[in-house]
Amino acid sequence: MNATAAVLDTRADIPSAFDVAGLALARDLRLAFRKRDEIVQPLAFFAVVTTLFPLAITPELSRLREIAPGVLWVAALLAALLALEHLFRDDARDGTLEQYALCGRSLTWLLYAKTAAHWVLTGLPLAVLAPFAGMALGVPVRAVGGIVITLAIGTLALSLIGAISAALTLGTRRGGMLLSLLTLPLAVPILIFGAQATELAMRAQSFAAPLELLAAFAVLGVTLAPLAAAAAVRISLE
Amino acid sequence: MSWTWFHRLGSPPYVYRLARTLTPWFAWPAALLIVAGLYGGLVLAPPDYQQGDGFRMIYVHVPTAYLSIMIYTSMGIAAAVGLIWRMKVAHAVAASCAPIGASFTVAALATGSLFGRPMWGTYWEWDPRLTSELLLLFLYLGYMGLRSAFDDAQRADRASALLAIVGLVDVPIVHYSVIWWNSLHQAPSLLRLGRPTIYTASMLVPLLFMIFGFTLYFVAVLLMRLRGEVLRRERAASWVKEALAS
Repeated sequence: MNATAAVLDTRADIPSAFDVAGLALARDLRLAFRKRDEIVQPLAFFAVVTTLFPLAITPELSRLREIAPGVLWVAALLAALLALEHLFRDDARDGTLEQYALCGRSLTWLLYAKTAAHWVLTGLPLAVLAPFAGMALGVPVRAVGGIVITLAIGTLALSLIGAISAALTLGTRRGGMLLSLLTLPLAVPILIFGAQATELAMRAQSFAAPLELLAAFAVLGVTLAPLAAAAAVRISLE
Repeated sequence: MSWTWFHRLGSPPYVYRLARTLTPWFAWPAALLIVAGLYGGLVLAPPDYQQGDGFRMIYVHVPTAYLSIMIYTSMGIAAAVGLIWRMKVAHAVAASCAPIGASFTVAALATGSLFGRPMWGTYWEWDPRLTSELLLLFLYLGYMGLRSAFDDAQRADRASALLAIVGLVDVPIVHYSVIWWNSLHQAPSLLRLGRPTIYTASMLVPLLFMIFGFTLYFVAVLLMRLRGEVLRRERAASWVKEALAS
């Protein structure tokens, strides 16, 4: 066997970009399940924030019901935003992110994996928990399905947009506040369409229109955000 | 087509001298147009039959609101040029745009809210235009915040350039989602801010004067800030000493 064939053989041993992304996804999920704080804390934060509103405004369910969609969405966005800080920080600190960038496989696919893992670990649990918090605010049971679907899509879009700003703020000293300032104005469409869909679901009306706009925004995020996040990670690692 | 003019724009000394030469060519026409526009708008134009003299606020409000968006677009384009062609001067242009754009956004918000007092009876109404203007201000603040969060100038340039490009894609989406938000929540306001019905040429011509005048004023201020920005970045270079000595 000549040298060229040997080189080709070793190249065949290296996993493809897709396999590497799968491994990164599995790694992130395994790490999070071993150290459950990162899953539990955003949920606890979400529960605490939604508890503050009845305390601050009124215990009357009829009045809470009016503001429930807004409260749920603002609390969920803030909880997901706080979790975003951890998206890259630990991996950047121990050098994993640098190895991702250097491994010769698409960094964009690796960031797809990291963002997907982040959404599974924070967005999905928030979407599942939100109906319970909503019922405590007087949301009728028929709105549960709508709340879960819209929050699941909305947190996915937020994870994708947030991945860009999380990567941009990696190299800075005061990350947290800046991360919120960068992400929230960009994420306004999520809040608008998400809260609207929830409100329509509560009134037992069709919430397809805002849900579709929210999904369109998420699709745009799926298409473009990891590319921008990969560029941002490369800038941060320079 | 020859690209030498483009390559020359990559040279800080050339841009510094060009900016110094061009500044009066924008500043003086801007001053003349603004004075003419103010005279035409505040004195010559008749009062609006519905809004009275209050409508004259548009002569400042409309140009500032238009510039706040125009400058964000210019900033995004300059940032993209800087990121793609690794052009230091383009980054300096983007960095100089941000504070000017933020100031025009504040001016648009302030005049909008003063305009709102006689028209709506309150200083602040969650009108879609005012709200998206406010979000634009947050985007400017985020851009400037990110820029100042880095110690290293090059990383600040490249990171903020990426943010400006992301913003460029997102700004129209944010704008229209705010407009749909409002139209679904409440009936349109009685009077649309920034879109008064202009009937006569004596009302319209001063507004066009003001828009062109403010645009030229923006370019003049941008050129002045750009000179400062280029000097600050090139402070170690020998041409700076020569330029400042002459």
